[in-house]
Formats: sequence, structure tokens, C-alpha cells
Amino acid sequence: MDNDIINADYTAGGKRLNPLRSGIDRLAGAIRLTDALQSNALASTARMIVLGLAFLAGVLAWSSGILPEILSLKDDVLYLLNQHLFMVAVSGGLALLVGLPLGILLSRPYMLKYAEALMQILNVGTTVPTLAILALSMSVLGIGTVPAIFGLFVATLLPIVRNAYAGCQAVAPHLIESATGMGMTPGQILRRVEIPNALFVMFAGIRTAFAINVGTVPLAFLIGAGGLGELIFQGIALNNFGMMLAGALPVALLAVLVDFVLSQAQFWLVPKGVNPLR
Amino acid sequence: MIRLEDLTKIFQTPSGDITAADRINMDVPEGNICVLLGPSGCGKTTTMKMVNRLIEPTSGKIFIGGEDVTSKDPISLRRSIGYVIQQIGLFPNQTIEDNICAVPDLLGWDRKKSRTRAGELLEMVALDPATFLGRFPKELSGGQQQRVGVIRALAADPPVMLMDEPFGAIDPINREVIQDEFLRMQKEIKKTIMFVSHDIDEAVKMADKIAIFDAGQLIQYDSPDDLLAHPKNSFIADFVGGDRTLKRLRLIRVEDAMTKDPPRVTADDTLDKAVNLMEEHGHISIVMVGPKGRARGVVYLSDARGKKGKVGDSHDKLPVSVHVGEDLRTAVSSMFMHDEASLACVDSDGIYKGYVTQRGITHLLGATYRDQ
Ligand SMILES: Nc1ncnc2c1ncn2[C@@H]1O[C@H](COP(=O)(O)OP(=O)(O)O)[C@@H](O)[C@H]1O
Ligand SMILES: [Mg+2]
Repeated sequence: MDNDIINADYTAGGKRLNPLRSGIDRLAGAIRLTDALQSNALASTARMIVLGLAFLAGVLAWSSGILPEILSLKDDVLYLLNQHLFMVAVSGGLALLVGLPLGILLSRPYMLKYAEALMQILNVGTTVPTLAILALSMSVLGIGTVPAIFGLFVATLLPIVRNAYAGCQAVAPHLIESATGMGMTPGQILRRVEIPNALFVMFAGIRTAFAINVGTVPLAFLIGAGGLGELIFQGIALNNFGMMLAGALPVALLAVLVDFVLSQAQFWLVPKGVNPLR
Repeated sequence: MIRLEDLTKIFQTPSGDITAADRINMDVPEGNICVLLGPSGCGKTTTMKMVNRLIEPTSGKIFIGGEDVTSKDPISLRRSIGYVIQQIGLFPNQTIEDNICAVPDLLGWDRKKSRTRAGELLEMVALDPATFLGRFPKELSGGQQQRVGVIRALAADPPVMLMDEPFGAIDPINREVIQDEFLRMQKEIKKTIMFVSHDIDEAVKMADKIAIFDAGQLIQYDSPDDLLAHPKNSFIADFVGGDRTLKRLRLIRVEDAMTKDPPRVTADDTLDKAVNLMEEHGHISIVMVGPKGRARGVVYLSDARGKKGKVGDSHDKLPVSVHVGEDLRTAVSSMFMHDEASLACVDSDGIYKGYVTQRGITHLLGATYRDQ
């Protein structure tokens, strides 16, 4: 069931994005798969192969003169990376701060009447391509960093809210009954029973959300917010392969890194008794 | 200890009002197990959940130890009542230790004290603390989880326990084992327990008193034996089943039904003496005991009559005996199995204590009907 939620988000995410986004998606998916197989010897073999391929790519890049070209763009890369990370951190952080409490709030029994309707809207929302979200954001807020962050925030928010809600909904009613029956207050039930038991599903949502976020930030360039997308799109426009790679490689690395960090957090923060990975 | 006065619950639903509990009056004495019994939907759970205020009564009063709990703070009330449900409800995110300590933690007990108690409680249900304290619920079998569910409810030593079909989800063999284990525990802890069941056999086995419900009404509230012997109306008679007389057999222990200080012979006695004793008592057989009084063999009147010699040289093997602590159901079943009209009763050391006969048992069961 947990996996269905992850996968559902994945296919939805994959379908609506440009090749780069879905490439990152697939890469992140592959990494996630290797994580799931952590206890498996296959995983270490897979890592070795990835490392080997990376090394070969490096050799190839150097010999074809692309790597030196990338290195010459170092200052630009660092400046844009900074912008890029800022957008990820602010939009993602805000989405977490708003999304988790919102999802939990919607799962309260007294919200039941509104929650289902709102979830329907959110589900429709997730089918809107992120590029369209950015464009809509721009049409309201103009160009620049603020509309970009706002658009990213919205795109990131949806999976977080949805999974936080679904995770809390999925907590077995008899757990809540026995917690109530032994004299826990609603707050204690939330902290000691509901959140720990929903955490794995919540994390699945967070990982999906950040995969979408990191995959969408390069598009922020299109509404004038800069970031590494600038190098990618200009590299494509100028047919400058090195410049494109100088943007694409850090973007890809960032996606891998973010998902790795989140997968580790999921592995260690979700209690062992309810963590299928442990 | 627990007293319900005119307790009523009416659920308002879109399809009309449902009276789940209709002016229930009952009193559960301290240290008793009271089983709420009845067909599905008759209001057992509703009645029980009003006691710890998981359901608010529409009207009526509930007293626990003389105190009206309908006006008490529900949170502290619930912390003072053990609660066990059929789905167990162990928290999967917590270790067995933390699960057991859930209520002590809510009550702010000293951590060391509660963890020590968790280990002791596990031992009470024959689970090794060293193995189980650190495990998670999913690493336990259903029966083990249910045991933990029960001791978790006992952790803060509440005087009152509410148990809603606690053994309902366990397979029949394990259920018997857990029931026996629980009854042994109850002998020590003497809690006042409300226990919901839909299984008449479980009720007869566990209950000091049984309350049978039908459509929200308490129809009969009696001891198991009275209930089986004198069902108040045809609903009760149907519910307890056509074999209710046989069910009563479970309630009577061999010890209480046997004829004590029976005649006996030893190996050194003559067959003449054996025959005389049997004729004097009108028996067709007599038990031979060893020097310490252990049942060793049997002499039949038909074999011994007219013979000379010692009992020790011409006795038969005792075909079967029954322990005094068993119930009459076991005794009767042995009698039928071995085609014996009477059965020697022995204690744990094998000492011959008395005998039961088919006629005696029939008479005993009949006595309560004739009293009417
Ligand atoms: N929350 C509720 N809302 C409406 N009706 C209920 C509710 N809880 C129980 N009932 C109804 O009350 C009756 C008694 O239910 P319950 O006490 O659960 O029965 P039992 O435990 O004996 O099977 C049933 O008809 C049931 O449908
Ligand atoms: Mg019930």
C-alpha cells in the first residue's frame, strides 16, 4: 500500500515533465530502488557499476575537451548553484512547514467533511504540469524569484499534503481506540500513535515532492528566476554542449543527493516497527 | 464494584434512533468476572464502552467503587481502567516494553519502576522478558500479541478491567490456553472485570456472573450454573443451547461431586473382605490402594465372589481414574470412553480420594431442577 502511494506519484510526475525532468525522475527512482534493496548484495554491485560508469564518463569528458570547458564556467556555476539551492530550500522548506500540518489537520475527524473534497482538488492539482504551475504563477505574480518560489512551493506542497493526509487516514482505527481507551489525550494520540505510524507514508510524499521540486527548479529560469536552468537552456540554445552539461550535471547530482539524504532520513527516522525498509 | 443504574444509550442515525442499551441495571461485585453475552449487535460493546466513557450514556448512571463516573474527567478515569479489545491495538511503532508501559508512562511513573514491572508482567504470561521486551509487535504471534495486550492493560494495576472479546481472534486451541492462563492470573490479581463475549462456552468457563443481552436489553443476569439450569425464557434457552445441561458439567469439579472417604481394600486384605465391603455398600467394584493410599487396582464383585485368597493376587488393573481438580465433563467423557459406571478420583499424588458414578452425576444435575 505504501508503495502504491510512492509509485502513483511517480508515474504522475514522470508523465507530465520534459525529458530532463523525467530523466532525473528515473535516476532518482533507480537510486530509490537500490535503497530498497539495501540489505541486498545486488545494491553494492549496482553502486560499483554506477561508479564505474561515472569514471568512464569522466575520462571521456576530459579527453573530448568538455571538462575543461565546464571548469572554465566555474564562477557562473557557483553563482547559479547558489540561486538554485536557495529556491529549492525556501520553496521546499515552506512546503514542508505548510504541507505536513495541513495534511494532518485535514485527517482530523472534524475535518472529514471538507477533507475529501479538498483532496479531490489536490489530486487534480497534481496532474497539472509543473511548467504550467510556474507559468500560472508568473501570470499572477510577474517574473523573478518570488513567483518561481511560489510556483515551486505549490508543486511541492501537493504530494506532501496528500501523503500526510493519507498516512494519518491509514492509521488503523483500533490503534486510536486502544490509545483513547487507555487515557491518552488527543494530542498524545497524535504524537505517540498517529504520526509515528503515518511517518513512512509521509516520507514517501516528501521524497516525491522533493523529486518534483528539484526537477522543476531548472525551469525557473524560464520565468526569470535564474538558477542552473540558465546554463542548460542557454547551452541548448547556443548549441554549447559544455555549458549545457555545466548546468545539467549539478542538477542531476543535486537530485541524487537530495533523494539520498531523504531516503536516509526515512530509513533512520521512521520507527523500526513500522518501517518496511528496516 | 461496578454498578450500572438505568443505563441507556440511544444512537441517533439518519435511518432513525437505535436503542443500543435500554435501562440496564446490574452490579458486578469486586473481584468477579462478569461476562456480557449475547448475539451480535445486542449492545454488549456499547454497554461496556459507557463504563470508560468511550461512549457517553444518553441517560443513567455508572458507579465504580461507589463513585459516580459519569461526571468524572474521562482521561483520568480511563487511565484507572484496564482496556483490552479484540484487535489488541498494540502500537506497532513501539517496542513491547514501551507498549506495556504506555499507561504507567501516561501516569508519570518512575521509568525504572515501570520497566521492571513490564518484565514481571511478561513472566506472568510465560513470555521471556529478555527475548520479548525489545521486540516490536509485528515480531510476535497472534497469541503472544494478545497476551501482551492483556498485560498492557494490567500494567498500572487498575482495579477494574474492560475486555471486549479479548480472545475472539485467536484460534480455538490457543484460545483455551490463554483463557486458562488468564483465569490462573485472575486468581491472584482479583480484578473486577467486565468481559464481552458472544461465545456461550467461553462465558461459562470465564464468568462468575453472566449477563445475557438481547436487542439492548439485559434479559438475565445470573451465575453460569443458574443460567444454564434455569433459563428465564425461550430466548435464553435457545441462546445457551440445547446441550445446556452438558455445559453445566464444566462448571462442577470432580472434587465437589465425588463421594468422599470411599470403602477400599489393600493388597493384604482377603477377597472375602472385599466382597463383604462391596455388598455392604451396594457396589460392583472396589479400589485397591497401596500403603500410602494410592489407587493401585480394582476388584470386581463378579470376579471375587466365592473365590479365596488375597486381593493382591487377583486384582485387575484400574482401567481409568480422574483427577479431583478436573471438571465433570472430563469425568463423564472418561466414563463413556471406558464404558465404566463409576470412576476413581485421585489427587495429584495419585492418592485415592473418592469416586463419582453416572447415577450420582445425573442426580446432582437433576437436584437443581427438582428444587423448582
Ligand atoms: N456509533 C454508533 N452509531 C450508530 N449505531 C451504533 C453505533 N455503535 C453501535 N451502534 C448500534 O448499536 C447496536 C449495538 O451495538 P454493539 O454494542 O456494538 O453490539 P455488540 O457489541 O453486542 O455486537 C447495534 O445495532 C449497532 O448497529
Ligand atoms: Mg461488540
